[in-house]
Amino acid sequence: MLKRILLIAAILLPGAAALAQEVPLLHADTNINDLQSLQRGARDFMNYCSGCHSLRYIRYERMATDLHIPLPLLKKNLMYTSSKPLDHIVSAMPGDDAVTWFGNQPPDLTLMARYMGVDYIYSFLKGFYADHTRLWGVNNLYKPNVAMPFVLASLQGVQKPVYKSETDPSGHASMTLVGVEPGTQGSMTPEEYDRFVRDLANFLDYTAEPIKAKRESMGVFVTLFLLVFFVFAYLLKKEYWKDVH
Amino acid sequence: MSASSDSAGGTEGRGLINWIDQRFPLTSLWKEHLAEYYAPKNFNFWYFFGSLALLVLVNQIVTGIFLTMNYKPSAAEAFASIQYIMNDVEWGWLIRYMHTTGASAFFIVVYLHMFRGLMYGSARKPRELIWIFGCLIFLLLMAEAFMGYVLPWGNMSFWGAQVITSLFGSLPVVGSTLVEWIRGDYVIADATLNRFFALHVAALPLALVFLVIAHVMALHEVGSNNPDGIEIKKLKGKDGHPLDGIPFHPYYTVKDMVGVAGFLLLFCGVIFFEPTFGGLFLESANYTPANPLQTPPDITPVWYFTPFYAMLRAVPSFAGTQVWGVLVMGSAVVILFFVPWLDRSPAKSIRYKGPIYKIALALFVVAFVTLGVCGMHPPAGIYPLLARVGTAIYFAFFLLMPWYTKIDRVKPVPERVTGHA
Amino acid sequence: MDDQVDHSRRRLLTVATVGTGAIGVAFAAAPFLASWNPSARAKALGAPVEVDASKLEPGQMIKVAWRGQPIYVVRRTKDVIQHLGDHNDLLVDPDSDASEQPAYIKASGAARARNPEYWVGLGVCTHLGCAPLGAFERRKEFQLAGVDLGSNWPGGFYCPCHGSKYDASGRVFKNVPAPKNLTIPPYALGKDMHIVIGVDDASQNA
Repeated sequence: MLKRILLIAAILLPGAAALAQEVPLLHADTNINDLQSLQRGARDFMNYCSGCHSLRYIRYERMATDLHIPLPLLKKNLMYTSSKPLDHIVSAMPGDDAVTWFGNQPPDLTLMARYMGVDYIYSFLKGFYADHTRLWGVNNLYKPNVAMPFVLASLQGVQKPVYKSETDPSGHASMTLVGVEPGTQGSMTPEEYDRFVRDLANFLDYTAEPIKAKRESMGVFVTLFLLVFFVFAYLLKKEYWKDVH
Repeated sequence: MSASSDSAGGTEGRGLINWIDQRFPLTSLWKEHLAEYYAPKNFNFWYFFGSLALLVLVNQIVTGIFLTMNYKPSAAEAFASIQYIMNDVEWGWLIRYMHTTGASAFFIVVYLHMFRGLMYGSARKPRELIWIFGCLIFLLLMAEAFMGYVLPWGNMSFWGAQVITSLFGSLPVVGSTLVEWIRGDYVIADATLNRFFALHVAALPLALVFLVIAHVMALHEVGSNNPDGIEIKKLKGKDGHPLDGIPFHPYYTVKDMVGVAGFLLLFCGVIFFEPTFGGLFLESANYTPANPLQTPPDITPVWYFTPFYAMLRAVPSFAGTQVWGVLVMGSAVVILFFVPWLDRSPAKSIRYKGPIYKIALALFVVAFVTLGVCGMHPPAGIYPLLARVGTAIYFAFFLLMPWYTKIDRVKPVPERVTGHA
Repeated sequence: MDDQVDHSRRRLLTVATVGTGAIGVAFAAAPFLASWNPSARAKALGAPVEVDASKLEPGQMIKVAWRGQPIYVVRRTKDVIQHLGDHNDLLVDPDSDASEQPAYIKASGAARARNPEYWVGLGVCTHLGCAPLGAFERRKEFQLAGVDLGSNWPGGFYCPCHGSKYDASGRVFKNVPAPKNLTIPPYALGKDMHIVIGVDDASQNA
């Protein structure tokens, strides 16, 4: 059993590592304290993602409070299901249908930023390219053979893959995917799409740990308090240890 | 007026203590373990980690109790209940981060505490039992940490538990039966989670607390060692107290307070600014629910187990079985118990031991850290070789100790302790 | 040990360190105590509940759960409503002085309702917490669950556990074990006879 598991790990690992080396992730450069970015990300998530993807560990109301979204605005513009504000953000798509349509269930995205990282989300959304061998006509640079259709194609357009031809020592020529380049035109400029994707990544960083921004600001006060305690304790120790010769 | 009420309060307070003392040895316990426990006056930095380990133990127990109030030990609900604690319970995130950071902090202070023991010969006669109790605490702590890691029921929890319980399957004859018995199922399952929860929150903490009490009682019976490795009880003053000893209270209570403050600064720094500690204290692969059909690409234990995990993998299978790696990993812990009898040097402290011991200990530390790094990486490239060399050094340090401590050049050990911080 | 110990400095530093430590412990304890407050999930489950009472016939009752407790919504008949004030001398607390309800309910007098036709109350007997049964018609004689509710029953509730009786406004009769009138939760009337339980103002309904 152990042997098998170690073997699986040994086989999987170099592969995963090699892939990561081939196409390094882009840097998302998000800011969890950028409230406007988070609000745009929330809006865009609800418009483009929430049809299939849930955020089942966070409630609408918590999100609205944290991101300073007024409740009426939340209900009018961001809630597309019959949920109530205190409900979790669960997509309306029935799980069985999803399996029929896409081959698997769209993953819950609440914790995706902690699981795969913000950079991965950012890169993934910028990594779709045309591939007519795939069911939905697209593939992804960072997640080969992705099951998801490229729902943002109207915004970004569809990119083209860039290959590098290599010849191995035995003379076999092969094509390696090394990147993507602009293809068809979308409704957004590359800069606009870049901001759009960064906002989404930022928002998912928020959902993965809603307390993050608050925790960091709290940490400053805790540290200052402990420094005061440290100074008092140190002076007290010095004072008492004058006795010891 | 105020003076009279002061004195009245004073006698009343003493009256209460007298009342208690006639029924419970409160004052004598206080004197025996704090006010009149004479500790060597030359404790240095390395002597903070005992009291810090106690602090972390209390932290783990208190935060653990509060986590159980909202955690659900079932395969169906465990993962979601952790997110419930993080998002829905007021301050639940803080309580959880205190517990997860505390787990790693426990191993940090315990490893440093054990290293201190190796440096200053704290295991040597007459402190063998203190050391053995300590080794038992370490062993239980490993079990406690392992079972605790399974509870969030993330994918790494599941596969980590799958791999570690599989180790028992390599034992001859009883192996597969034993694995099923431990799991209560054919894979890691609801039953496993439930029994690990029971052990993690009740049985093991109880045993840990008893062992810690035994550890401290044994220590206070023979008295603390010190960086010079001298028995301070040999030289007593007219008052009957050791010449080089000072009462634990107030001198070491105020000193340990400084250690506590320094520790809390680091501890809270991690909790508030980097609770995952770059993926070492909380692994990102555990942020997806347990999935029996999908192995994470990279199964590694949490950092504090990686040295032992590297030793497990360093040993190739032989005669058609993996049991050797398991035996080596087990021996790596068991061998610690024998340290009091392995060291044959006339000096206890590294200060008076010769260059061989200093080099051996340095090599040992390098090997241990290297093994830790190896355990975090897939066994490819340079790592298998490093792990084997590291394992060899780890065992050589202990097994050759009787020989190299005997031939080592030793400096004369002074009568009195040298200096104090 | 040393004769020249500066006792005042020592005391000052001790007080400062212990004081700071105590403040720290208090700050550290607060989150643990606060973690016992109702969580976001409890609040979600305790959120206001909306009941559609528009299809309720006179003399009928529907039960809904709010914060884990049964809430009765009764559509009273005209006959019962007209005679609500007739039996005040038979009641323990006719003006609901000693009973629990929002101020606007108490102000509504014998009806104990925002709309006299629709009565809303907690279906928990004030004696020992059983769920009372409804007997909403005015009758000379009323047999309920094999029990005779006495002559000239004005319509109301009967608790099967220990025989407590309430009128159709949930006001308790004399000579029964229950001490107080049935409790009335805050509620509001929304559009089209949608009753929102748990808020005083329908626009608050989340």
